[in-house]
Amino acid sequence: MHKKGSLGFFIFLIIFSFFVVFLYGPILSIILLSFQGPSGGLTFPLNGFSLYWFGELWKGSGLVDIGASFRRSIMLGIFVMILTVVLSVSAGLAFRKKFIGSDLLFYTTIASLIVPSIVLSLGVALEFRLIDSIIITIGEMFEIQTILENFQTSLGMYTSGFGAQLTWTLPFGLLIMFAIFNRFDKSLEEAARDLGANPNQTFWYVVFPIIAPSIVGIALFGFTLSYDELARSSQVMGATNTLPLDLRGLTTTVTTPIIYALGTVTTSISFLVIGISLSFVYLLRHRKIK
Amino acid sequence: MKEKIHIFQPKLSWLAIPFALIFIAYFIVPLTLTLIVSFWDYTEYSIIPDFIVGNYIYIFDGCFTFENGLCLTFKTYISTFFFCFFTWLITLLLGFCVAYFLAFYVNSLPLQITLFLICTIPFWTSNVIRMVSWIPLLGRNGLVNDTLITLGLIQEPIEWLLYSSFSVILALVHLYTLFMIVPIFNSMLRIDKEVIEAAYDSGANQFQIIKNVIIPLCKPGIIIGSIFVITVVMGDFLTIGIMGGQQLASIGKIINTEMNYLQLPGAAANSVILLFITIFIIIVMTKFIDIRKEL
Repeated sequence: MHKKGSLGFFIFLIIFSFFVVFLYGPILSIILLSFQGPSGGLTFPLNGFSLYWFGELWKGSGLVDIGASFRRSIMLGIFVMILTVVLSVSAGLAFRKKFIGSDLLFYTTIASLIVPSIVLSLGVALEFRLIDSIIITIGEMFEIQTILENFQTSLGMYTSGFGAQLTWTLPFGLLIMFAIFNRFDKSLEEAARDLGANPNQTFWYVVFPIIAPSIVGIALFGFTLSYDELARSSQVMGATNTLPLDLRGLTTTVTTPIIYALGTVTTSISFLVIGISLSFVYLLRHRKIK
Repeated sequence: MKEKIHIFQPKLSWLAIPFALIFIAYFIVPLTLTLIVSFWDYTEYSIIPDFIVGNYIYIFDGCFTFENGLCLTFKTYISTFFFCFFTWLITLLLGFCVAYFLAFYVNSLPLQITLFLICTIPFWTSNVIRMVSWIPLLGRNGLVNDTLITLGLIQEPIEWLLYSSFSVILALVHLYTLFMIVPIFNSMLRIDKEVIEAAYDSGANQFQIIKNVIIPLCKPGIIIGSIFVITVVMGDFLTIGIMGGQQLASIGKIINTEMNYLQLPGAAANSVILLFITIFIIIVMTKFIDIRKEL
């Protein structure tokens, strides 16, 4: 059973290889096509090999301000990543013991993961629009000049936007914490305590080093899922656009390989972040015990 | 008898408070408001607090008389269920096979982790780019059509490869098969290899082992994966929009369009209906498992 070289092995190997080609083939094709020559189009063959479309992208010709939305997405990604790590790890520690409402909170978290994104996006947008009308009403009642003249909306990346993204990243963070603590050998903590460590020392010298690779994993989910998030962000970013929002707009308007160049750049950033995180995880797991 | 180790752990439940606050502010309150606003009235410019059922009546206008055939809402739901069903079926078959290969044929742990990561990495990259990347392959002058013409298999380019139900389902499978692989793989790793050996020694062939041993033991993984895929496709508006060339209908797209026209109470009513249907599907499916035991 399940021997290498059996017929079954080859069948499933072929299915698996097909799946990998299916996963990576399309992205490789646009990476190739982003090096299209200046006269090249959206499809194969390559008309020459150049960095022309990357140059066009850099100049921002004919596009919305991609550079700005790019920086916004990175900043928001880092912000969401930090919150995802801090909140998931602390909640993960709390969940090690049952507390009042722990089941309710757990099922809320799972529900948040599978709620249709468009519904969540609408809900958060509604919430902040209602806050807007409350602010404006207050402004009119008390004739507060700054509100009457300057206030536009409370919707924004760091008011509604990051929260909508957290409803997507935090469940992954908590599930990773559950996975690590379900397999955690509690006698290690007991040993630390017997040796006279206080709870703080037990956490930082015993628990933390063991869960560190998982924390890097949570950070990876926090950043990449925020950096690429679109469905939940679609209605809640206010006046500003993140990179995925701009990208979606470009899919209908841009007809040159510049969109492939942009795709190559954003995918490279994702790969870079993934590569750094995974190397970190690897190093943390294989570090020498001194 | 082994003495039970008494573990001293400080009570840390307060650490869950910030986490809980985020879900109250950005999940519970928004969904509650959606339910409330679905009963509000609206004009072209504003939404008006009220308690009317007009938004719901409007959605089901003509749905139960069948005067003009099927109403728009039913047609949209049928279209959404169509995408759901085929995406679910294909991701389940493909995800099961991939997980099966990883769990049972790859014996070295480092190789297993590497191959698993290869399947996971695209999940951390942009969905929009992953959709766009089908254009050079499936377009009218794309690689697939070019190859088929060169081989003489077809004379004219196939038109339905891109901006069609086909490309939508292809992209959905491309994006979400991972949601099946992870829970099924997780279930498979928990299967005691001796159980399989026992079945094999009793004379069961591979097909019988998959059907009678592995699938029943993977049921929790299959159900969790199915819940993920079905809920994500039920609410999808991006993939169906981009890969369908903005021509195909889904309930998520209706909500999105209503929001863009600021018909918020209408969008809220549609969201409430979608949410209840989704919850109903999940309840039916979770009748079979306890999610918390699966982590």
